[in-house]
Amino acid sequence: MSRFRTALCIASLLGPVGAAPAQSQPAAGGEGRELIVFAAASLREAFEKMSATFKREHPGVQVTFNFAGSQELRVQIESGAAVDVFASADRRNLNALKAGRLVEAERIFARNEPVLAVPSGGGGAINSLEDLPKAKRIVVAAPEVPIGGYTAKILERAYRQYGDQFRKQVEGRIASHELNVRQVLAKVRLGEADAGFVYRSDVASVGTGVRAIRIPEELNVTAEYPVARVRAAKHSKLAAAWIDLMTSPEGQLILGQSGFLSGRPSAARQTP
Amino acid sequence: MKLPFANRPRNLGWYIGTRLPAALLLAFILIPIAALIFGISVSGFFAGLRHPLVGPALQLSLSTTLTSLTIIVLLGTPLGWLLSRPKGRFLHWAELAIQLPVVLPPAVAGVALLFAFGRRGLIGAWLDRIGIQIPFSTAAVVMAEVFVAAPFYIQGAVAAFERIDRNLIRVARTLGASPVRVFFRISLPLSAPGLVSGAALSWARALGEFGATLMFAGNLTGRTQTLPLAIYTAMESDLRAAQSLSIVLVSVAFALLWAVRGGAAQLLARDGGAMRDRAELPPAERA
Amino acid sequence: MFRFQVETTVGDLELGVELSVSEGPLILAGPNGSGKTSLLLLLLGLMRPERGHIAIGEQVLFDSSSGIDLSPEERSLGYVPQEYALFPHLNVFENVAFGLRSPATRLGRTERVRRVESLLGEMEIGPLARRLPRLLSGGEKQRVALARALAPRPRALLLDEPLAALDVGARRQVRAFLATYLAGLQLPAIVVTHDAADAVALGRQVAILERGQVVQRGTYAQIQAQPRTPFVAEFVSAG
Repeated sequence: MSRFRTALCIASLLGPVGAAPAQSQPAAGGEGRELIVFAAASLREAFEKMSATFKREHPGVQVTFNFAGSQELRVQIESGAAVDVFASADRRNLNALKAGRLVEAERIFARNEPVLAVPSGGGGAINSLEDLPKAKRIVVAAPEVPIGGYTAKILERAYRQYGDQFRKQVEGRIASHELNVRQVLAKVRLGEADAGFVYRSDVASVGTGVRAIRIPEELNVTAEYPVARVRAAKHSKLAAAWIDLMTSPEGQLILGQSGFLSGRPSAARQTP
Repeated sequence: MKLPFANRPRNLGWYIGTRLPAALLLAFILIPIAALIFGISVSGFFAGLRHPLVGPALQLSLSTTLTSLTIIVLLGTPLGWLLSRPKGRFLHWAELAIQLPVVLPPAVAGVALLFAFGRRGLIGAWLDRIGIQIPFSTAAVVMAEVFVAAPFYIQGAVAAFERIDRNLIRVARTLGASPVRVFFRISLPLSAPGLVSGAALSWARALGEFGATLMFAGNLTGRTQTLPLAIYTAMESDLRAAQSLSIVLVSVAFALLWAVRGGAAQLLARDGGAMRDRAELPPAERA
Repeated sequence: MFRFQVETTVGDLELGVELSVSEGPLILAGPNGSGKTSLLLLLLGLMRPERGHIAIGEQVLFDSSSGIDLSPEERSLGYVPQEYALFPHLNVFENVAFGLRSPATRLGRTERVRRVESLLGEMEIGPLARRLPRLLSGGEKQRVALARALAPRPRALLLDEPLAALDVGARRQVRAFLATYLAGLQLPAIVVTHDAADAVALGRQVAILERGQVVQRGTYAQIQAQPRTPFVAEFVSAG
């Protein structure tokens, strides 16, 4: 009995350890090169799909992702993290890296539309941005997070449009400043938040549990996603290839399927 | 340069073999802390402290951890006492289960708390019906802290109570002392040093709690943003503020540990050697 | 007169003892694991027997048929455990005074001090009053433990291996002291020991406990003359 218990303990300890390295095993018969991509949290599904295509076109290459809030990734790159490509959810974080001369060859590869997310099946009390005060608990991202910055701008415009009462009620109901957009999404999904600001692509990624409410066009901002090659990249050619894939018709199709908008601005959208 | 005879180690191999690994680990622990403290100028430190997140975070951290510690000690002392006596199968498994928050990643602890006390949670759903919502509140911060920090105190309490000679309790009972009197006059004074260091560890853990708090209580200045959360948030915009806050946290934790250890040492001196203390070893015994 | 009859199972030991103690200490001897300490714990109320009756004088301490079960602090029995168990964080005076501070004894401060000091004087340990137990010799500790047990004026005294923790020299000295003191005490007393010399010096009656049962009872001379079991034979030969 005690031996079984010991074995069980050891097995449970090794489990996570054994699982982790599986990701970085080079493909059989390949050169074992690893492309490291830091990307905004909202890009998870789209990039994982893209990496399948990329690996087909570049056999033997492993693509490793680090998905987090863009602000967090920026700090990591500034602190010298080894990375080849940085895809951000806003220009602000990329510009900071540009100012530090840490990136080059920047391109806008996608746009995204912030939406108001509510738990599906939650009674349907909220059907527009103006209904926001009906939410008992609103969750937004911290201002440093791209979606947090966009949310702040949207709310500023909304306060001007809907008045002081709206502002007071909404500000009083903000319950948390999350550190990346997926955490906001999770809280809404779990029903802990009655409303949260995320991207349309996030709602698309999750399928059920969350409902997206469009924000009036005149109040909304468009999120612009730039991507850049990190200057200290180990595999600049691969990095360039990855970025090419992102902007190619195939990459754009994948992004579009995940709920992103095209990288080229359409005439109707104004970027602030 | 030859050392005076009194200081020369007798067995050089043993001397190095013990001191070298110890020095390595000690250096590894102290160097980052030193780098943190000396990596910022004094003016930079004070400038960082003026960041608006600092005041509320400091106050919140102190008030929530004090509350958590009180809860942990009030409830954990009887639990520790119960677990230190001969126990049946239920308590036996309970003792193991209590260690779970220690090995659980804090984020998992946060998720678990949400699943229990969130608005759609096991217990939270009921509470929600009567108008009580816990997530995103300061109470949630306290709960997250209690969840992750309690095991440290309980462990210390169990160890402290177990070390008390059973005969002392028996004799005290025969001398006319009720179980209450035995506890407060005999068990508690004798276990005090162990309880105090358990409490110190527990407090430190609660002070540093991040993942579960973020997940369960959220991150709102003044309500749920404790020092660790403030540091993490500040790091992304103002590195200096993050550094200053980190130094504050380290200092507060250090001061707490120091005060508590000092208190514990005083208690140790009074227990008359029921627990072996360092004061009993002859000075400069060469080993 | 201290009378008891208890039956219970302790671990895998079937304990069944019926004894009474009136004049002079009763020596309880037996091999290890025979249940001597368990018996003391049962009498003190620290363990509850399945069946039995324990009474001292008119006072019933335990009776399984009528459901009487006084808690240890109500039984007023003095106890000196193995290795004395002096409270390490209290000095000698405080140790001895401990039993006098419970609400039941109802002693004022002056009376308390008087009684403790007189007891310390009797035991000849007066000068040690402020000392902590860890600085006492074995013999001194034993006397403190005795004083502590006697301070609340118990109805009986139970001693568990009172001399075992002492080295040979101290043992002889303390045995003499204890013998005189116990003889002068007008209390029923039970002394658990495995040392025949103790049996000779300290007690009048001897009861031999083996595997939870009393196998022989009588004066030392009687059991020496007619040992009923191998243990008894060996026991008396060492005396």
